[in-house]
Amino acid sequence: MSVAPPLLAVEGLTKSYGGIHAVRGVSFSLRSGEILALIGPNGAGKSTCFDMLNGQNQPDTGRVCLLGEETTGKKPRDIWRMGVGRTFQITATFATMTVRENVQVALISHGKQLYNLWGSAPNVDCAEAGRLLELVGMGGYADRPCGELAYGDLKRLELAIALANQPKLLLMDEPTAGMAPRERVELMRLTAQIAKEKSIGVLFTEHDMDVVFEHADRIIVLNRGTLIAEGSPAEVRGNPQVQAIYLGEGLLYEGGHHEGASA
Amino acid sequence: MAFYVVQFLTGLASAASLFLVASGLSIIFGVTRIVNFAHGAFYMIGAYIAFTLTERFSGAFGFWGGVVAAALAVALIGVLVEMVLLRRIYHAPELFQLLGTFGLTLIVEDLVVLIWGPDDLVGRRAPGFKGAVDFFGQNIPSYDLFLIVLGPVVLGILWLLFQRTRWGVLVRAATQDRDMVAALGVNQKWLFTSVFAVGVFLAALGGALQIPRDAVHHAMDLRIIVEVFVVVVIGGLGSIVGAFVAAVLVSELNAFGILIFPKISIILVFLVMAVVLIVRPWGLFGKPEAAARKTPGLSVNPWRPLTSNERLGSLAALVIAAMLPLFAGNYALTVGSEIAIFVIFAISLHFLMSVGGLASFGHAAYFGLGAYGVAFLAKMAGLPMIVCLLLGPLLGCMGAAVFGFFAVQLSGVYFAMLTLAFAQIVWSIAFQWVSVTGGDNGILGVWPASWAASPSHFYWLALGVAALVTIALRIAVFSPFGYALRATRDSVLRSEAVGINAKRIQWTAFVIAGTTAGIGGALFAYLKGSVFPDNLGISLSVDALVMVLLGGVETVSGGVVGAIVYKALNIWLVSQTDLSKLVLGGFIVLIVVVFPKGIVGMLEILAQRRRKSSPPGSSLLAKPIESAE
Ligand SMILES: Nc1ncnc2c1ncn2[C@@H]1O[C@H](COP(=O)(O)OP(=O)(O)OP(=O)(O)O)[C@@H](O)[C@H]1O
Ligand SMILES: [Mg+2]
Repeated sequence: MSVAPPLLAVEGLTKSYGGIHAVRGVSFSLRSGEILALIGPNGAGKSTCFDMLNGQNQPDTGRVCLLGEETTGKKPRDIWRMGVGRTFQITATFATMTVRENVQVALISHGKQLYNLWGSAPNVDCAEAGRLLELVGMGGYADRPCGELAYGDLKRLELAIALANQPKLLLMDEPTAGMAPRERVELMRLTAQIAKEKSIGVLFTEHDMDVVFEHADRIIVLNRGTLIAEGSPAEVRGNPQVQAIYLGEGLLYEGGHHEGASA
Repeated sequence: MAFYVVQFLTGLASAASLFLVASGLSIIFGVTRIVNFAHGAFYMIGAYIAFTLTERFSGAFGFWGGVVAAALAVALIGVLVEMVLLRRIYHAPELFQLLGTFGLTLIVEDLVVLIWGPDDLVGRRAPGFKGAVDFFGQNIPSYDLFLIVLGPVVLGILWLLFQRTRWGVLVRAATQDRDMVAALGVNQKWLFTSVFAVGVFLAALGGALQIPRDAVHHAMDLRIIVEVFVVVVIGGLGSIVGAFVAAVLVSELNAFGILIFPKISIILVFLVMAVVLIVRPWGLFGKPEAAARKTPGLSVNPWRPLTSNERLGSLAALVIAAMLPLFAGNYALTVGSEIAIFVIFAISLHFLMSVGGLASFGHAAYFGLGAYGVAFLAKMAGLPMIVCLLLGPLLGCMGAAVFGFFAVQLSGVYFAMLTLAFAQIVWSIAFQWVSVTGGDNGILGVWPASWAASPSHFYWLALGVAALVTIALRIAVFSPFGYALRATRDSVLRSEAVGINAKRIQWTAFVIAGTTAGIGGALFAYLKGSVFPDNLGISLSVDALVMVLLGGVETVSGGVVGAIVYKALNIWLVSQTDLSKLVLGGFIVLIVVVFPKGIVGMLEILAQRRRKSSPPGSSLLAKPIESAE
């Protein structure tokens, strides 16, 4: 009897830029409904990983599978259609359109209405867009031009956009950057709730360790492109290597973790 | 064999001037990020002033002194232009910069005729280089040999300037890293001014050095600027070595193209450019640009469909327009038809520019293709008018499908330049393929059927089509496709991340815009009764750009208003003054500098102010959100 493939399986992802090994040999997997945090210091390669997961960037070697189907080499738009939503570290939204229109675009795309030249777009999926915006706490901003929003609100809008195609997997690169501490907790609580309800797998990065330890089911730690630890929040918290990195002694680990050095 | 060597050397000699002008454009772009359309104008003034000076002062000193003095004088004019005009538009979207400098070009064209007259001027031969060198029975002008040496010498001097002087180091730093420039603080202003002066000096020197080879005339600016665009695009904007290599390449293509394909020599160069742009979109020696600046994107006014009151208002305006034949004469009706046709043309570009963020500098190609389509069908196949009107625009559609596919691979300035180049290809075909298109003589006798022959009937036809097209495009703006197109304009990254194939959406928009322009062209052929290469020329493309900007590029109805105002003004101006280009150019510069939001944009701002000063109670509850009409 065969075991059902995991939602996301990543095997041996590697990416270098010239001499910089941004990511090397990263493997992990993610189940539906699970919330996995990818943490690591600045420049560890987290965003590069995200880019390879949604097709924004192609790995030098390694592969990514979604529910057993390989996605490596596919374009972002095709991976999105397979049920992968994403938010960006530096938000990317449609600045001259209203908040509601931003979500509507994603809904229109999801409904395969992109080449419909005749319909009245303001009415297309208007209610559904409103519902998604309510969900992320942006209901009151629906008619605002997106270019006017504060950074934290843009992050929320990105979440609403990412939820528009009823994703199986959410990739959130620093979803709470630019928010006040209380907002961060709220947003992650909301994300966790949606993930559990709809059984969505969530991979997120975050610099605020309180948020990570409170909401992640599991944590993987990246340093200089290499995975150095994996486990439950308690395990990772107790890991001396991880502690060393977060105390700013990451330099000790030149050449990866195989030497097994510890502080 | 000797003949080919001579041909090769002629090509090299032509490359010298081209390189001078192109390197100037490239240096200016590298530092200021302005694509200086007026560069051809500076080249032309350089030639005219050098002509005057070398006529006035005799001898070798008079000639060479005159050439250098002319270039210096033009550089001084350049400094003035930079300080008065460019400093105001460094932060404007690049489209506005291209247009502002184009306005300058128009002004110069009229001024030059005003000062030096409309006739070609043949200048002096260069003292010391009057003869020819015999090469196995073929003559090579010794002046050509001088130019062949001059090109690499100038390249060497520029190289030294950039490697060995403090100024050069600053320029290189600024070219490589934009933030560096900001860090220069006060110096930045003078760095920009000096760079502009050097660039203009090179252009003017290129022009001045042409006088022993070519007659000086008042259309030399457009001819050189198109070639220079091709050179910098092939070589890579911002790269001087690239400009040199590409100048040689383009000149040799011209020199040998004439021998191999006498009929399509002009096309050869543009084909090479198209290939380079598709293989290496940033040119042979250029570097990939960071994400292109957004073309419109000045405002954040959301768009909304017309309210029912506004719809009634528009309908009333249409009804009034339809009553024109009741009280106007034939001339006014012909003008009315022409305006209606230009409304179609303008809104087709407006759709591409405002909604899609794609500023085409060669939109007339599709207008003209529609016109030629009608002419072919009517004259060769002898089809009835209604069939021609329906099928003619398909030629515009096909042209847009082919060229649009390549053009949407690029964005920003490169998109603008590629569309311009494609338009020139189409123009060259119309101009050179005499057996089919009639060349410069055009195709005559494309007269409407009797049911549309009277001015009032034709006016109603044009007005009706214009109204239908306007409504159809408005529906498209607020259709799901329109939303998707705006999405690709705002962020390609986000669009692709929500499943949108951005290039295919933009391509579709390009085809829609091209077909619509073709409809305008089809009507235009019947209005004029003839078709000429001018119907797809650069100046018509620029007319369209001006109409869009005048109306307001960030609005939904700007195209309609811009076309009506501009065309009416233009027709009136041409009847009133011989200096229409001067006035028009001044007008364009004015829009760009003080009026960048266009007429409809200004009206919106006024309406906004009025609402803001209305009773305070309403605005206390919620900040009203303004909409673009
Ligand atoms: N396009 C690129 N070209 C060259 N180097 C790159 C590129 N993108 C990323 N890098 C390098 O790869 C490494 C990993 O970068 P990445 O953005 O993935 O880190 P990160 O973990 O997301 O950091 P942060 O927490 O700051 O977001 C860095 O050293 C970065 O400089
Ligand atoms: Mg990152």
